[in-house]
Amino acid sequence: MIIYMDYASTSPLRPEVVEAMAPFNGDNFGNASGGHRVSRYAKKALEDARDSIAESCGVESGEVFFTSGGTESDNIAVLGTLGAENKRRGEPTAVVCSAVEHPAVFETFRSVGAGRGLSVGSVAPQTRLAAVDGSGVVDLGSLEEVLDQGVVLVSVMLANNETGTIQPLSSIVDLVRRLAPDAVFHTDAVQGACYLDLASALSDVDVASISAHKLGGPKGVGAVVVRKGINVAPLFHGGGQERGLRSGTSNVAGAVGFASALSISQSVRESESTRVGLLRDRLVDEIKSSVPGVTESSDRSKVLPGHAHVRFQSVDREELVVLLDQAGVCVSAGSACSSGALEPSRVLTAMGVDKEDARGAIRFSLGHMTTAEDVERALAVIPEAVGRLRA
Amino acid sequence: MRVLVAMSGGVDSSVAAARLLKEGHEVVGATLKLWGGPSDSGCCSVGDVEDARRVAQQLGIDHHVFNMTAEFDESVVSPYVTAHAVGKTPNPCIECNRSIKFGSLLTRTIRLGFDALATGHHARIATRAVSHGTTRSSGSPRLLRGVDIDKDQSYVLSMLDQDQLSRVLLPIGEMTKTQVRSYATDLGLRTAGKPDSQDVCFISGDHGRKEFLSDRIPLHEAELLDVGSREVVGHVQELELVTVGQRKGMGHSRDGRRRYVLRVDVPLKQVIVGGPAEAQIDRLTLDGSTVCWVSDALPSGSRVFVQVSAHGRPACGTFEGDDLLTVVTLDRPQRPVAPGQTVAFYDIGDPDLVLGSAIAT
Repeated sequence: MIIYMDYASTSPLRPEVVEAMAPFNGDNFGNASGGHRVSRYAKKALEDARDSIAESCGVESGEVFFTSGGTESDNIAVLGTLGAENKRRGEPTAVVCSAVEHPAVFETFRSVGAGRGLSVGSVAPQTRLAAVDGSGVVDLGSLEEVLDQGVVLVSVMLANNETGTIQPLSSIVDLVRRLAPDAVFHTDAVQGACYLDLASALSDVDVASISAHKLGGPKGVGAVVVRKGINVAPLFHGGGQERGLRSGTSNVAGAVGFASALSISQSVRESESTRVGLLRDRLVDEIKSSVPGVTESSDRSKVLPGHAHVRFQSVDREELVVLLDQAGVCVSAGSACSSGALEPSRVLTAMGVDKEDARGAIRFSLGHMTTAEDVERALAVIPEAVGRLRA
Repeated sequence: MRVLVAMSGGVDSSVAAARLLKEGHEVVGATLKLWGGPSDSGCCSVGDVEDARRVAQQLGIDHHVFNMTAEFDESVVSPYVTAHAVGKTPNPCIECNRSIKFGSLLTRTIRLGFDALATGHHARIATRAVSHGTTRSSGSPRLLRGVDIDKDQSYVLSMLDQDQLSRVLLPIGEMTKTQVRSYATDLGLRTAGKPDSQDVCFISGDHGRKEFLSDRIPLHEAELLDVGSREVVGHVQELELVTVGQRKGMGHSRDGRRRYVLRVDVPLKQVIVGGPAEAQIDRLTLDGSTVCWVSDALPSGSRVFVQVSAHGRPACGTFEGDDLLTVVTLDRPQRPVAPGQTVAFYDIGDPDLVLGSAIAT
């Protein structure tokens, strides 16, 4: 019996998505860029998918560009906007992101700061970080300090992948527009897209990243939304697909599955937020009442409904993941490096959590297939596992 | 039994896991990530973790990766650097076995509900009650050399005690390396032809010890002083890299005499060297606080075999130990042993039987 509680990592395909994709894994196999009927069928499906995604995001179809997923979208957003001409008056001095960004943004910003990638002008812009508070929410005072007229790019995620903390995007964008009027504003909406109102969240941003597999869609497909007036240079060259921004034969089946997953998750967003939120609350409340020494990492009101990030005092997270795995409960203990070993969490450090406390940090993330029974089954094994590790 | 196998990604631990599985045990693999540095030669590279994971998948067993980089840095790498800074030559593999593999990992193994930890070391654990020379054991686990004497790793396990041994399995100690490889080949394991690991895992073959240490401690130039004449017979660029007993690069070309390092004096920036006749010791001085016994302590005055390096030739001597001084008086003089090196004790009646170890001062 597998109890899957790692939706923030990836989610199972929704049955409707499997059905929507089936023709494109079968008879409808065409290359969307050709001149014959097999291509035209594929092209129609691709553009229908684009329309659907645009509608879910509250943007125009021409603003949606398919990519291979969140990481590629983030790289295009950062390196692509810096590599193109965007309105700016003075010399670019800096790029700004929050201290809790996903590695796809954070590492790209670091490479820009180190002078690599497509940096503007001859001098690489300085990379500045906006600090977060104890819940992982961007500190507006800290953001204010790092913004000035020379800032050309700001990136703050919609919701954090580890803790699930939702950022107050509209206040952040307001501040950026006021203090850094020439800056392109990007948001990594990969983690937040399942439960937040995308059209509203993206209404003020210039560039956004989304990924299908966090929504019950397939892996290997996502989109970068680029609003009109923002210029983005391609990161690689080829046949000029996606209006020159992203060359490579279109992943038609992926795009169709992505559109289906996004459309469903946005339409059931409110009811699912309530249902999954209640399951999450039951899970966390019961853990806290049956296991001593448990801390929630963020204020629950500021967190995505499926996320429960808790820290078990005097427990090693690697050990707890193994014990829960042996009991069939799949959870995450943070990000892993290329070898699969856990790395210390930069997000928790930014939130002011000390090393010893961060040792016992576990992320439970629930989603569209999670049932009340799953939660009860997990609750039946968690206290014993923690107890054994503390013995 | 439920057994956790420490899988390094090499052929020995791959076969250890395969054998335990064949014997009917419930087996789970674990690979340690120990080092985040640029070295790609040891038990911690991404490629090795991948090999271990693929072997586990092939065997159909669960596999986990444990990040022990912080413990490794604290218990192995830092002491290694500190020891070199004071002119000692430490053995990091033994420290890793002591504090990581048979320390943190063994503790974790038991805490996770496993009955035993297995590794792919070439050594044997026997629990039969047999009397051996001066030592008698009754049912308690005894540590023996591996069957393949060229690959024997009992030296690097000589700090294990009864508590550890009772929870450890060494499934390939009865096999020769050739047998291990052919066992892996028969099963089609991808590690069957993988070369043996060499040297210190956290120091890369390309850059070596010099670069590793120079990034962490200042390396000093020093004079080579002849022990007899007190004359300067040469210079070395990096005093901290010099090892007692070393012969290469010790200025013997100047007058044609072969010289060995007798002593490294970091405060005075001197290396004392001497000829073959002077580079002889007749007793090993040991740090009493580092003495470990596999089973019972050896009574003072006991005859013993000592081995001073991983594949060194055992020498005969007499062990004398009390609170103040721990020494082994050698039957025949030998080249000096570098401070920091482990001296392993073997039974005089059964030269395969490990009795314990201590660190040379």
